[in-house]
Amino acid sequence: MQQAAALGTLRRRLPTNVGDAVFAAAVRASGAFVLILLGAIIMSLFIGGLPAFRRFGVGFITSTDWDPVKQIFGAAVSIYGTLITSVLALVLAVPLAFGIAFYLTELAPTWLRRPVGTAVELLAAIPSIIYGMWGFFVIVPVMGQIIEPWVIDAIGDIPVIGNLFQGPPFGTGIATAAIILAIMVIPFIAATMRDVFDTVPPVYKESAYGLGCTTWEVMRSIVLPYTRVSVIGSIMLGLGRALGETMAVTFVIGNTDRISTSLFGPSNTIASIVALEFPESPAGSLKLSSLLALGFILFVISFIVLAISRLLLRPRLGA
Amino acid sequence: MLGRRRKRRNIVMEALCIAATIIGLLLLASILTTLLWLGVGGLSATVFTSVTKPPGSHGGLLNAIIGTLVQTAIGTVIGTPIGMMVGTYLAEYGGSSFISSAIRYVSDVLLSAPSILIGLFIYQLIVQPMGGFSGLAGSLALAVIVIPIVVRTTEDMLRLIPVSLREAAAALGAPKWKVIVLVCYRAARDGIMTGVLLAVARIAGETAPLLFTSLGNLNWSISLTRPMASLPVTIYQYSGSAFADWVQLAWTGALLITAGVLATNIIARLLLRGSR
Repeated sequence: MQQAAALGTLRRRLPTNVGDAVFAAAVRASGAFVLILLGAIIMSLFIGGLPAFRRFGVGFITSTDWDPVKQIFGAAVSIYGTLITSVLALVLAVPLAFGIAFYLTELAPTWLRRPVGTAVELLAAIPSIIYGMWGFFVIVPVMGQIIEPWVIDAIGDIPVIGNLFQGPPFGTGIATAAIILAIMVIPFIAATMRDVFDTVPPVYKESAYGLGCTTWEVMRSIVLPYTRVSVIGSIMLGLGRALGETMAVTFVIGNTDRISTSLFGPSNTIASIVALEFPESPAGSLKLSSLLALGFILFVISFIVLAISRLLLRPRLGA
Repeated sequence: MLGRRRKRRNIVMEALCIAATIIGLLLLASILTTLLWLGVGGLSATVFTSVTKPPGSHGGLLNAIIGTLVQTAIGTVIGTPIGMMVGTYLAEYGGSSFISSAIRYVSDVLLSAPSILIGLFIYQLIVQPMGGFSGLAGSLALAVIVIPIVVRTTEDMLRLIPVSLREAAAALGAPKWKVIVLVCYRAARDGIMTGVLLAVARIAGETAPLLFTSLGNLNWSISLTRPMASLPVTIYQYSGSAFADWVQLAWTGALLITAGVLATNIIARLLLRGSR
Protein backbone atom coordinates (compact mmCIF):
# COMPACT_ATOMS: atom_id res chain seq x y z
CA MET A 1 0.00 0.00 0.00
CA GLN A 2 2.69 2.39 1.11
CA GLN A 3 4.91 1.22 -1.71
CA ALA A 4 2.17 1.88 -4.22
CA ALA A 5 1.72 5.43 -2.90
CA ALA A 6 5.44 6.08 -3.12
CA LEU A 7 5.49 4.75 -6.64
CA GLY A 8 2.59 7.04 -7.46
CA THR A 9 4.40 10.16 -6.29
CA LEU A 10 7.51 9.04 -8.09
CA ARG A 11 5.59 8.59 -11.28
CA ARG A 12 4.02 11.95 -10.87
CA ARG A 13 7.24 13.69 -9.97
CA LEU A 14 9.23 12.35 -12.87
CA PRO A 15 7.47 14.20 -15.69
CA THR A 16 7.31 17.43 -13.68
CA ASN A 17 11.07 17.29 -13.19
CA VAL A 18 11.45 16.76 -16.89
CA GLY A 19 9.09 19.68 -17.46
CA ASP A 20 11.20 21.90 -15.24
CA ALA A 21 14.39 20.86 -16.97
CA VAL A 22 12.93 21.42 -20.42
CA PHE A 23 11.50 24.82 -19.49
CA ALA A 24 14.73 25.95 -17.85
CA ALA A 25 16.74 24.81 -20.85
CA ALA A 26 14.38 26.63 -23.21
CA VAL A 27 14.54 29.97 -21.39
CA ARG A 28 18.32 29.67 -21.03
CA ALA A 29 18.61 28.95 -24.74
CA SER A 30 16.51 32.03 -25.55
CA GLY A 31 18.74 34.13 -23.32
CA ALA A 32 21.79 32.86 -25.16
CA PHE A 33 19.97 33.52 -28.44
CA VAL A 34 19.89 37.27 -27.71
CA LEU A 35 23.66 37.31 -27.25
CA ILE A 36 24.13 35.26 -30.41
CA LEU A 37 21.79 37.62 -32.28
CA LEU A 38 23.94 40.63 -31.45
CA GLY A 39 27.09 38.75 -32.40
CA ALA A 40 25.49 37.59 -35.65
CA ILE A 41 24.44 41.13 -36.61
CA ILE A 42 27.97 42.45 -36.06
CA MET A 43 29.56 39.50 -37.85
CA SER A 44 27.23 39.61 -40.86
CA LEU A 45 27.85 43.33 -41.39
CA PHE A 46 31.59 42.89 -40.95
CA ILE A 47 31.84 39.90 -43.29
CA GLY A 48 29.67 41.70 -45.85
CA GLY A 49 31.88 44.77 -45.64
CA LEU A 50 35.16 42.83 -45.69
CA PRO A 51 35.80 43.18 -49.46
CA ALA A 52 35.45 46.96 -49.13
CA PHE A 53 37.69 47.11 -46.05
CA ARG A 54 40.27 44.91 -47.86
CA ARG A 55 40.18 47.00 -51.01
CA PHE A 56 40.36 50.45 -49.42
CA GLY A 57 41.95 49.74 -46.04
CA VAL A 58 41.79 52.46 -43.42
CA GLY A 59 41.36 54.93 -46.28
CA PHE A 60 37.73 53.82 -46.49
CA ILE A 61 36.97 55.82 -43.36
CA THR A 62 38.93 58.92 -44.38
CA SER A 63 38.18 59.08 -48.10
CA THR A 64 35.51 61.48 -49.30
CA ASP A 65 35.19 59.86 -52.73
CA TRP A 66 32.02 58.06 -53.68
CA ASP A 67 32.28 57.20 -57.34
CA PRO A 68 30.30 54.15 -58.49
CA VAL A 69 31.62 54.57 -62.05
CA LYS A 70 35.27 54.29 -61.04
CA GLN A 71 34.38 51.86 -58.23
CA ILE A 72 35.95 54.06 -55.57
CA PHE A 73 34.08 54.32 -52.30
CA GLY A 74 34.82 56.26 -49.13
CA ALA A 75 32.85 56.72 -45.95
CA ALA A 76 34.01 60.13 -44.75
CA VAL A 77 31.13 62.18 -46.22
CA SER A 78 28.48 59.92 -44.72
CA ILE A 79 30.21 59.64 -41.35
CA TYR A 80 30.52 63.43 -41.24
CA GLY A 81 26.87 63.87 -42.24
CA THR A 82 25.72 61.35 -39.65
CA LEU A 83 27.66 62.95 -36.82
CA ILE A 84 26.92 66.58 -37.65
CA THR A 85 23.17 66.07 -38.10
CA SER A 86 22.90 64.03 -34.89
CA VAL A 87 24.93 66.44 -32.78
CA LEU A 88 23.04 69.47 -34.12
CA ALA A 89 19.79 67.63 -33.47
CA LEU A 90 20.81 67.15 -29.84
CA VAL A 91 21.70 70.82 -29.47
CA LEU A 92 18.16 71.65 -30.55
CA ALA A 93 16.39 68.79 -28.78
CA VAL A 94 17.98 68.77 -25.32
CA PRO A 95 16.69 72.17 -24.09
CA LEU A 96 13.17 71.40 -25.33
CA ALA A 97 13.19 67.88 -23.92
CA PHE A 98 14.50 69.17 -20.60
CA GLY A 99 11.73 71.77 -20.53
CA ILE A 100 9.08 69.14 -21.19
CA ALA A 101 10.49 66.78 -18.55
CA PHE A 102 10.71 69.62 -16.02
CA TYR A 103 7.16 70.67 -16.80
CA LEU A 104 5.87 67.11 -16.46
CA THR A 105 7.58 66.41 -13.14
CA GLU A 106 7.33 69.72 -11.28
CA LEU A 107 5.08 72.26 -12.94
CA ALA A 108 2.10 70.56 -14.52
CA PRO A 109 -1.07 70.16 -12.46
CA THR A 110 -1.58 66.47 -11.64
CA TRP A 111 -4.61 66.07 -13.86
CA LEU A 112 -2.65 67.34 -16.87
CA ARG A 113 0.43 65.15 -16.38
CA ARG A 114 -0.92 61.97 -17.84
CA PRO A 115 -2.50 63.43 -21.02
CA VAL A 116 0.51 65.59 -21.82
CA GLY A 117 2.88 62.72 -21.04
CA THR A 118 0.88 60.43 -23.30
CA ALA A 119 0.89 63.00 -26.09
CA VAL A 120 4.69 63.23 -25.90
CA GLU A 121 4.94 59.44 -25.98
CA LEU A 122 2.63 59.32 -29.02
CA LEU A 123 5.04 61.67 -30.76
CA ALA A 124 7.64 58.93 -30.27
CA ALA A 125 5.32 56.32 -31.75
CA ILE A 126 4.78 58.05 -35.10
CA PRO A 127 6.66 56.09 -37.77
CA SER A 128 9.84 57.60 -39.12
CA ILE A 129 8.59 57.78 -42.70
CA ILE A 130 5.70 60.01 -41.59
CA TYR A 131 8.23 62.45 -40.13
CA GLY A 132 9.98 62.37 -43.49
CA MET A 133 6.84 63.22 -45.47
CA TRP A 134 5.72 65.83 -42.97
CA GLY A 135 9.21 67.35 -42.87
CA PHE A 136 9.38 67.50 -46.64
CA PHE A 137 5.94 69.05 -46.89
CA VAL A 138 5.97 71.44 -43.92
CA ILE A 139 9.52 72.09 -42.67
CA VAL A 140 11.36 72.21 -46.01
CA PRO A 141 9.26 75.09 -47.45
CA VAL A 142 9.48 77.02 -44.16
CA MET A 143 13.26 76.57 -44.14
CA GLY A 144 13.72 77.33 -47.84
CA GLN A 145 11.45 80.34 -48.09
CA ILE A 146 11.65 81.98 -44.69
CA ILE A 147 14.37 80.88 -42.29
CA GLU A 148 17.32 80.18 -44.61
CA PRO A 149 17.08 83.37 -46.75
CA TRP A 150 16.72 85.40 -43.56
CA VAL A 151 19.72 83.78 -41.85
CA ILE A 152 21.87 83.99 -45.00
CA ASP A 153 21.04 87.70 -45.30
CA ALA A 154 21.67 88.37 -41.63
CA ILE A 155 24.92 86.51 -40.94
CA GLY A 156 26.00 84.94 -44.24
CA ASP A 157 28.51 87.74 -44.88
CA ILE A 158 30.27 87.58 -41.52
CA PRO A 159 33.68 85.95 -42.01
CA VAL A 160 34.21 82.41 -40.62
CA ILE A 161 30.79 82.02 -38.97
CA GLY A 162 29.13 83.13 -42.19
CA ASN A 163 30.62 80.13 -43.99
CA LEU A 164 28.29 77.91 -41.99
CA PHE A 165 25.27 79.71 -43.38
CA GLN A 166 25.96 80.17 -47.07
CA GLY A 167 24.68 78.85 -50.34
CA PRO A 168 21.32 78.78 -52.05
CA PRO A 169 18.35 78.25 -49.70
CA PHE A 170 17.08 74.91 -51.02
CA GLY A 171 15.18 74.11 -47.85
CA THR A 172 16.69 70.64 -47.77
CA GLY A 173 20.10 70.02 -46.24
CA ILE A 174 21.97 69.38 -43.02
CA ALA A 175 20.09 71.97 -40.93
CA THR A 176 16.67 70.69 -41.97
CA ALA A 177 17.69 67.09 -41.28
CA ALA A 178 18.92 68.16 -37.84
CA ILE A 179 15.58 69.82 -37.10
CA ILE A 180 13.59 66.74 -38.10
CA LEU A 181 15.92 64.52 -36.07
CA ALA A 182 15.55 66.85 -33.10
CA ILE A 183 11.76 66.60 -33.27
CA MET A 184 12.04 62.81 -33.46
CA VAL A 185 14.34 62.39 -30.45
CA ILE A 186 12.65 64.98 -28.20
CA PRO A 187 10.03 62.49 -26.97
CA PHE A 188 12.65 59.82 -26.21
CA ILE A 189 14.87 62.19 -24.24
CA ALA A 190 11.93 63.88 -22.51
CA ALA A 191 10.28 60.61 -21.43
CA THR A 192 13.57 59.19 -20.12
CA MET A 193 14.44 62.43 -18.31
CA ARG A 194 10.99 62.50 -16.73
CA ASP A 195 11.44 58.95 -15.43
CA VAL A 196 14.89 59.89 -14.14
CA PHE A 197 13.59 63.04 -12.40
CA ASP A 198 10.85 60.96 -10.79
CA THR A 199 13.49 58.89 -8.99
CA VAL A 200 14.53 61.84 -6.81
CA PRO A 201 13.24 61.14 -3.29
CA PRO A 202 10.43 63.64 -2.55
CA VAL A 203 11.91 64.39 0.87
CA TYR A 204 14.97 66.03 -0.78
CA LYS A 205 12.80 68.30 -2.85
CA GLU A 206 10.46 69.05 0.03
CA SER A 207 13.41 70.00 2.24
CA ALA A 208 14.59 72.46 -0.38
CA TYR A 209 11.11 73.90 -0.83
CA GLY A 210 10.92 74.13 2.96
CA LEU A 211 14.05 76.28 2.94
CA GLY A 212 12.29 78.65 0.56
CA CYS A 213 13.74 77.51 -2.76
CA THR A 214 11.83 78.34 -5.92
CA THR A 215 10.82 75.53 -8.29
CA TRP A 216 13.70 76.37 -10.61
CA GLU A 217 16.17 76.37 -7.72
CA VAL A 218 14.94 72.94 -6.62
CA MET A 219 15.45 71.71 -10.17
CA ARG A 220 18.91 73.26 -10.49
CA SER A 221 20.35 72.51 -7.08
CA ILE A 222 18.56 69.30 -6.06
CA VAL A 223 17.12 67.38 -8.99
CA LEU A 224 19.84 68.03 -11.58
CA PRO A 225 22.83 67.27 -9.31
CA TYR A 226 21.09 64.14 -8.01
CA THR A 227 20.32 62.82 -11.52
CA ARG A 228 23.23 64.31 -13.47
CA VAL A 229 24.73 61.06 -14.69
CA SER A 230 21.39 59.64 -15.80
CA VAL A 231 20.43 62.89 -17.53
CA ILE A 232 23.55 62.51 -19.67
CA GLY A 233 22.50 58.90 -20.23
CA SER A 234 19.12 60.03 -21.54
CA ILE A 235 20.82 62.47 -23.91
CA MET A 236 23.08 59.68 -25.17
CA LEU A 237 19.99 57.56 -25.73
CA GLY A 238 18.64 60.34 -27.95
CA LEU A 239 21.98 60.50 -29.78
CA GLY A 240 21.85 56.75 -30.38
CA ARG A 241 18.41 57.14 -31.88
CA ALA A 242 19.41 60.06 -34.09
CA LEU A 243 22.51 58.35 -35.50
CA GLY A 244 20.63 55.48 -37.10
CA GLU A 245 17.51 57.32 -38.22
CA THR A 246 16.91 56.55 -41.88
CA MET A 247 13.66 57.38 -43.60
CA ALA A 248 13.05 60.88 -42.23
CA VAL A 249 16.61 61.97 -43.01
CA THR A 250 16.46 60.51 -46.52
CA PHE A 251 13.54 62.81 -47.33
CA VAL A 252 15.10 66.08 -46.25
CA ILE A 253 18.92 65.98 -46.34
CA GLY A 254 19.30 66.54 -50.09
CA ASN A 255 21.49 63.46 -50.63
CA THR A 256 24.78 64.43 -52.24
CA ASP A 257 28.18 62.79 -51.94
CA ARG A 258 30.08 65.93 -50.97
CA ILE A 259 31.01 67.43 -47.61
CA SER A 260 29.20 70.73 -47.30
CA THR A 261 30.78 73.41 -45.15
CA SER A 262 27.46 75.25 -45.05
CA LEU A 263 24.82 73.86 -42.70
CA PHE A 264 22.24 74.75 -45.34
CA GLY A 265 24.02 72.60 -47.93
CA PRO A 266 22.95 69.07 -48.85
CA SER A 267 24.81 66.03 -47.57
CA ASN A 268 24.00 62.43 -46.70
CA THR A 269 24.20 60.13 -43.70
CA ILE A 270 25.26 56.50 -43.44
CA ALA A 271 21.66 55.38 -43.07
CA SER A 272 20.38 57.55 -45.93
CA ILE A 273 23.07 56.49 -48.40
CA VAL A 274 22.49 52.83 -47.57
CA ALA A 275 18.74 53.19 -48.10
CA LEU A 276 19.13 55.14 -51.36
CA GLU A 277 22.02 53.31 -53.02
CA PHE A 278 21.04 49.78 -52.05
CA PRO A 279 18.63 49.25 -54.97
CA GLU A 280 21.47 50.04 -57.42
CA SER A 281 23.93 47.70 -55.75
CA PRO A 282 23.83 44.19 -57.20
CA ALA A 283 24.66 41.26 -54.92
CA GLY A 284 28.40 40.62 -54.75
CA SER A 285 29.38 44.06 -56.03
CA LEU A 286 32.02 46.22 -54.38
CA LYS A 287 29.37 48.89 -53.91
CA LEU A 288 27.13 46.59 -51.88
CA SER A 289 30.12 45.59 -49.81
CA SER A 290 30.88 49.28 -49.21
CA LEU A 291 27.32 49.83 -48.05
CA LEU A 292 27.59 46.89 -45.64
CA ALA A 293 30.90 48.28 -44.42
CA LEU A 294 29.11 51.60 -43.79
CA GLY A 295 26.46 49.65 -41.89
CA PHE A 296 29.18 48.06 -39.79
CA ILE A 297 30.65 51.48 -38.97
CA LEU A 298 27.19 52.80 -38.04
CA PHE A 299 26.62 49.78 -35.84
CA VAL A 300 29.90 50.30 -34.02
CA ILE A 301 29.20 54.02 -33.46
CA SER A 302 25.64 53.57 -32.26
CA PHE A 303 26.52 50.51 -30.18
CA ILE A 304 29.15 52.50 -28.29
CA VAL A 305 26.76 55.42 -27.75
CA LEU A 306 23.88 53.20 -26.64
CA ALA A 307 26.12 51.11 -24.39
CA ILE A 308 27.37 54.25 -22.62
CA SER A 309 23.79 55.50 -22.37
CA ARG A 310 22.62 52.29 -20.66
CA LEU A 311 25.62 52.32 -18.36
CA LEU A 312 24.77 55.85 -17.23
CA LEU A 313 21.02 55.20 -16.90
CA ARG A 314 21.37 51.93 -15.03
CA PRO A 315 21.78 53.28 -11.48
CA ARG A 316 18.55 55.31 -11.72
CA LEU A 317 16.25 53.32 -13.96
CA GLY A 318 17.62 49.88 -13.12
CA ALA A 319 17.82 49.06 -16.79
CA MET B 1 15.85 92.76 -3.93
CA LEU B 2 17.47 89.34 -4.07
CA GLY B 3 14.08 87.77 -3.57
CA ARG B 4 12.67 89.60 -6.53
CA ARG B 5 15.50 88.51 -8.81
CA ARG B 6 15.11 84.88 -7.77
CA LYS B 7 11.40 85.09 -8.33
CA ARG B 8 11.87 86.62 -11.75
CA ARG B 9 14.35 83.95 -12.79
CA ASN B 10 11.94 81.29 -11.60
CA ILE B 11 9.10 82.75 -13.63
CA VAL B 12 11.28 82.98 -16.75
CA MET B 13 12.42 79.35 -16.45
CA GLU B 14 8.90 78.12 -15.79
CA ALA B 15 7.62 80.05 -18.78
CA LEU B 16 10.36 78.58 -21.01
CA CYS B 17 9.48 75.05 -19.87
CA ILE B 18 5.80 75.60 -20.52
CA ALA B 19 6.72 77.00 -23.94
CA ALA B 20 8.82 73.88 -24.65
CA THR B 21 5.87 71.67 -23.77
CA ILE B 22 3.53 73.71 -25.94
CA ILE B 23 5.99 73.44 -28.86
CA GLY B 24 6.04 69.66 -28.39
CA LEU B 25 2.24 69.47 -28.42
CA LEU B 26 2.02 71.79 -31.43
CA LEU B 27 4.41 69.53 -33.36
CA LEU B 28 2.16 66.55 -32.70
CA ALA B 29 -0.88 68.60 -33.71
CA SER B 30 0.87 69.81 -36.87
CA ILE B 31 1.77 66.27 -37.95
CA LEU B 32 -1.73 64.98 -37.31
CA THR B 33 -3.48 67.88 -39.08
CA THR B 34 -1.12 67.61 -42.07
CA LEU B 35 -1.96 63.92 -42.35
CA LEU B 36 -5.70 64.54 -42.03
CA TRP B 37 -5.63 67.51 -44.41
CA LEU B 38 -3.80 65.67 -47.16
CA GLY B 39 -4.91 62.12 -46.44
CA VAL B 40 -8.66 62.23 -45.88
CA GLY B 41 -9.35 63.51 -49.40
CA GLY B 42 -8.02 60.28 -50.88
CA LEU B 43 -10.00 57.96 -48.61
CA SER B 44 -12.42 55.88 -50.62
CA ALA B 45 -13.51 52.27 -50.94
CA THR B 46 -11.03 51.82 -53.80
CA VAL B 47 -8.12 52.27 -51.42
CA PHE B 48 -9.17 49.12 -49.57
CA THR B 49 -10.52 47.07 -52.47
CA SER B 50 -8.04 47.69 -55.26
CA VAL B 51 -4.37 46.79 -55.50
CA THR B 52 -1.63 49.25 -56.48
CA LYS B 53 -1.87 50.10 -60.17
CA PRO B 54 0.03 52.24 -62.67
CA PRO B 55 -0.55 55.98 -62.31
CA GLY B 56 -3.86 57.23 -63.66
CA SER B 57 -5.72 53.92 -63.40
CA HIS B 58 -7.42 54.30 -60.00
CA GLY B 59 -5.29 51.94 -57.97
CA GLY B 60 -5.63 51.31 -54.26
CA LEU B 61 -3.47 50.02 -51.46
CA LEU B 62 -5.02 46.59 -50.83
CA ASN B 63 -1.84 44.57 -51.41
CA ALA B 64 0.17 46.99 -49.25
CA ILE B 65 -2.35 46.80 -46.40
CA ILE B 66 -2.51 43.00 -46.55
CA GLY B 67 1.28 42.80 -46.83
CA THR B 68 1.74 44.94 -43.72
CA LEU B 69 -0.84 42.87 -41.80
CA VAL B 70 0.78 39.57 -42.83
CA GLN B 71 4.35 40.60 -42.10
CA THR B 72 3.45 42.33 -38.84
CA ALA B 73 1.47 39.27 -37.72
CA ILE B 74 4.23 36.78 -38.55
CA GLY B 75 6.90 39.02 -37.06
CA THR B 76 4.89 39.30 -33.83
CA VAL B 77 4.11 35.58 -33.68
CA ILE B 78 7.80 34.69 -34.07
CA GLY B 79 9.22 37.44 -31.89
CA THR B 80 6.79 37.32 -28.95
CA PRO B 81 7.52 33.79 -27.62
CA ILE B 82 11.28 34.34 -27.88
CA GLY B 83 11.00 37.71 -26.16
CA MET B 84 8.80 36.23 -23.41
CA MET B 85 11.25 33.38 -22.82
CA VAL B 86 14.18 35.79 -22.57
CA GLY B 87 12.20 38.03 -20.22
CA THR B 88 11.30 34.97 -18.14
CA TYR B 89 14.94 33.96 -17.95
CA LEU B 90 15.93 37.44 -16.77
CA ALA B 91 13.18 37.68 -14.15
CA GLU B 92 13.00 34.10 -12.86
CA TYR B 93 16.26 32.29 -13.62
CA GLY B 94 19.12 34.67 -14.26
CA GLY B 95 19.09 36.51 -10.96
CA SER B 96 21.93 38.98 -10.84
CA SER B 97 24.51 36.77 -12.53
CA PHE B 98 26.96 38.25 -15.01
CA ILE B 99 25.40 36.41 -17.92
CA SER B 100 21.92 37.71 -17.17
CA SER B 101 23.06 41.31 -16.84
CA ALA B 102 24.90 40.87 -20.14
CA ILE B 103 21.70 39.61 -21.78
CA ARG B 104 19.67 42.47 -20.30
CA TYR B 105 22.28 44.94 -21.52
CA VAL B 106 22.41 43.55 -25.05
CA SER B 107 18.62 43.44 -25.25
CA ASP B 108 18.40 47.08 -24.19
CA VAL B 109 20.96 48.07 -26.81
CA LEU B 110 19.06 46.13 -29.48
CA LEU B 111 15.92 48.00 -28.42
CA SER B 112 17.39 51.26 -29.72
CA ALA B 113 19.66 49.88 -32.45
CA PRO B 114 19.13 51.36 -35.93
CA SER B 115 16.43 49.28 -37.61
CA ILE B 116 18.07 49.72 -41.01
CA LEU B 117 20.97 47.56 -39.79
CA ILE B 118 18.58 44.77 -38.83
CA GLY B 119 17.37 44.92 -42.42
CA LEU B 120 20.94 44.59 -43.72
CA PHE B 121 21.52 41.70 -41.30
CA ILE B 122 18.51 39.74 -42.55
CA TYR B 123 19.54 40.58 -46.11
CA GLN B 124 22.90 38.92 -45.48
CA LEU B 125 21.41 36.03 -43.51
CA ILE B 126 18.25 35.18 -45.46
CA VAL B 127 17.84 37.13 -48.69
CA GLN B 128 21.24 36.38 -50.25
CA PRO B 129 21.32 32.63 -49.41
CA MET B 130 17.68 32.22 -50.49
CA GLY B 131 18.41 34.04 -53.70
CA GLY B 132 15.72 36.69 -53.49
CA PHE B 133 13.65 39.14 -51.49
CA SER B 134 10.72 37.61 -49.68
CA GLY B 135 7.86 38.34 -47.30
CA LEU B 136 9.38 35.80 -44.95
CA ALA B 137 12.64 37.77 -44.75
CA GLY B 138 10.63 40.93 -44.01
CA SER B 139 8.73 39.15 -41.25
CA LEU B 140 11.97 37.87 -39.70
CA ALA B 141 13.49 41.36 -39.72
CA LEU B 142 10.39 42.64 -37.89
CA ALA B 143 10.60 39.70 -35.45
CA VAL B 144 14.12 40.76 -34.51
CA ILE B 145 12.72 44.21 -33.65
CA VAL B 146 9.89 42.70 -31.59
CA ILE B 147 12.14 40.58 -29.35
CA PRO B 148 13.80 43.30 -27.20
CA ILE B 149 10.52 45.18 -26.70
CA VAL B 150 8.79 42.06 -25.38
CA VAL B 151 11.85 41.11 -23.29
CA ARG B 152 11.69 44.43 -21.51
CA THR B 153 7.99 44.39 -20.65
CA THR B 154 7.93 40.68 -19.76
CA GLU B 155 10.78 41.10 -17.29
CA ASP B 156 9.31 44.26 -15.78
CA MET B 157 5.87 42.69 -15.41
CA LEU B 158 7.13 39.41 -13.93
CA ARG B 159 9.13 41.36 -11.36
CA LEU B 160 5.97 43.14 -10.23
CA ILE B 161 4.36 39.85 -9.20
CA PRO B 162 4.63 39.31 -5.45
CA VAL B 163 6.85 36.44 -4.28
CA SER B 164 4.05 35.25 -1.99
CA LEU B 165 1.99 34.32 -5.06
CA ARG B 166 4.81 32.13 -6.34
CA GLU B 167 5.32 30.60 -2.90
CA ALA B 168 1.63 29.83 -2.57
CA ALA B 169 1.67 27.97 -5.89
CA ALA B 170 4.92 26.18 -5.03
CA ALA B 171 3.49 25.15 -1.64
CA LEU B 172 0.67 23.38 -3.46
CA GLY B 173 3.33 21.25 -5.15
CA ALA B 174 3.47 23.01 -8.50
CA PRO B 175 6.84 22.71 -10.22
CA LYS B 176 8.60 25.94 -11.15
CA TRP B 177 7.61 25.92 -14.80
CA LYS B 178 3.97 25.49 -13.88
CA VAL B 179 4.21 28.33 -11.36
CA ILE B 180 5.59 30.55 -14.10
CA VAL B 181 3.26 29.52 -16.91
CA LEU B 182 0.02 29.11 -14.98
CA VAL B 183 0.41 31.71 -12.24
CA CYS B 184 2.95 34.35 -13.20
CA TYR B 185 2.09 34.65 -16.89
CA ARG B 186 -1.57 34.84 -16.01
CA ALA B 187 -1.00 37.56 -13.43
CA ALA B 188 1.25 39.50 -15.82
CA ARG B 189 -0.97 38.95 -18.86
CA ASP B 190 -2.17 42.54 -19.32
CA GLY B 191 1.32 43.94 -18.94
CA ILE B 192 2.82 41.50 -21.40
CA MET B 193 -0.03 42.18 -23.84
CA THR B 194 0.79 45.88 -23.58
CA GLY B 195 4.37 45.14 -24.56
CA VAL B 196 3.24 43.02 -27.50
CA LEU B 197 0.85 45.74 -28.70
CA LEU B 198 3.60 48.37 -28.45
CA ALA B 199 5.82 46.07 -30.48
CA VAL B 200 3.07 45.66 -33.10
CA ALA B 201 2.70 49.44 -33.29
CA ARG B 202 6.43 49.82 -33.72
CA ILE B 203 6.93 47.28 -36.50
CA ALA B 204 3.78 48.16 -38.43
CA GLY B 205 5.35 51.51 -39.33
CA GLU B 206 8.88 50.27 -40.00
CA THR B 207 10.17 51.05 -43.48
CA ALA B 208 13.96 50.80 -43.47
CA PRO B 209 14.34 47.10 -42.55
CA LEU B 210 11.78 46.09 -45.19
CA LEU B 211 13.63 47.85 -48.02
CA PHE B 212 16.29 45.11 -47.95
CA THR B 213 14.12 42.15 -47.05
CA SER B 214 10.59 42.11 -48.48
CA LEU B 215 11.49 44.90 -50.95
CA GLY B 216 7.92 45.87 -51.81
CA ASN B 217 5.76 44.57 -54.62
CA LEU B 218 3.38 46.54 -56.80
CA ASN B 219 1.50 43.41 -57.81
CA TRP B 220 -0.84 41.24 -55.77
CA SER B 221 1.13 38.57 -53.91
CA ILE B 222 0.73 36.92 -50.54
CA SER B 223 3.41 34.34 -51.16
CA LEU B 224 5.97 34.42 -48.36
CA THR B 225 8.76 33.39 -50.72
CA ARG B 226 8.24 36.31 -53.08
CA PRO B 227 8.72 40.05 -52.58
CA MET B 228 5.83 41.42 -50.56
CA ALA B 229 4.28 44.89 -50.48
CA SER B 230 3.86 46.84 -47.26
CA LEU B 231 2.21 50.16 -46.48
CA PRO B 232 5.37 52.03 -45.37
CA VAL B 233 7.44 50.91 -48.37
CA THR B 234 4.60 51.69 -50.80
CA ILE B 235 4.20 55.12 -49.20
CA TYR B 236 7.94 55.66 -49.63
CA GLN B 237 7.84 54.68 -53.30
CA TYR B 238 4.70 56.71 -54.05
CA SER B 239 5.48 59.90 -52.15
CA GLY B 240 8.62 60.48 -54.22
CA SER B 241 6.85 59.93 -57.52
CA ALA B 242 5.77 62.61 -59.98
CA PHE B 243 2.18 61.41 -60.33
CA ALA B 244 -0.51 63.28 -58.42
CA ASP B 245 -2.68 60.23 -57.80
CA TRP B 246 0.27 58.23 -56.41
CA VAL B 247 1.23 61.08 -54.10
CA GLN B 248 -2.39 61.29 -52.95
CA LEU B 249 -2.37 57.54 -52.22
CA ALA B 250 0.88 57.98 -50.30
CA TRP B 251 -0.74 60.55 -48.00
CA THR B 252 -3.83 58.39 -47.55
CA GLY B 253 -1.60 55.43 -46.72
CA ALA B 254 0.36 57.61 -44.30
CA LEU B 255 -2.88 58.59 -42.58
CA LEU B 256 -3.96 54.93 -42.34
CA ILE B 257 -0.67 53.70 -40.91
CA THR B 258 -0.42 56.56 -38.40
CA ALA B 259 -4.03 56.09 -37.28
CA GLY B 260 -3.39 52.36 -36.84
CA VAL B 261 -0.13 52.84 -34.97
CA LEU B 262 -1.49 55.52 -32.63
CA ALA B 263 -4.71 53.58 -31.98
CA THR B 264 -2.71 50.45 -31.08
CA ASN B 265 -0.55 52.55 -28.78
CA ILE B 266 -3.52 54.06 -27.00
CA ILE B 267 -5.21 50.66 -26.60
CA ALA B 268 -1.98 49.30 -25.12
CA ARG B 269 -1.86 52.13 -22.58
CA LEU B 270 -5.53 51.72 -21.64
CA LEU B 271 -4.95 48.00 -21.15
CA LEU B 272 -2.09 48.64 -18.76
CA ARG B 273 -4.03 51.29 -16.87
CA GLY B 274 -7.09 49.03 -16.62
CA SER B 275 -5.01 46.27 -15.02
CA ARG B 276 -3.64 48.48 -12.28
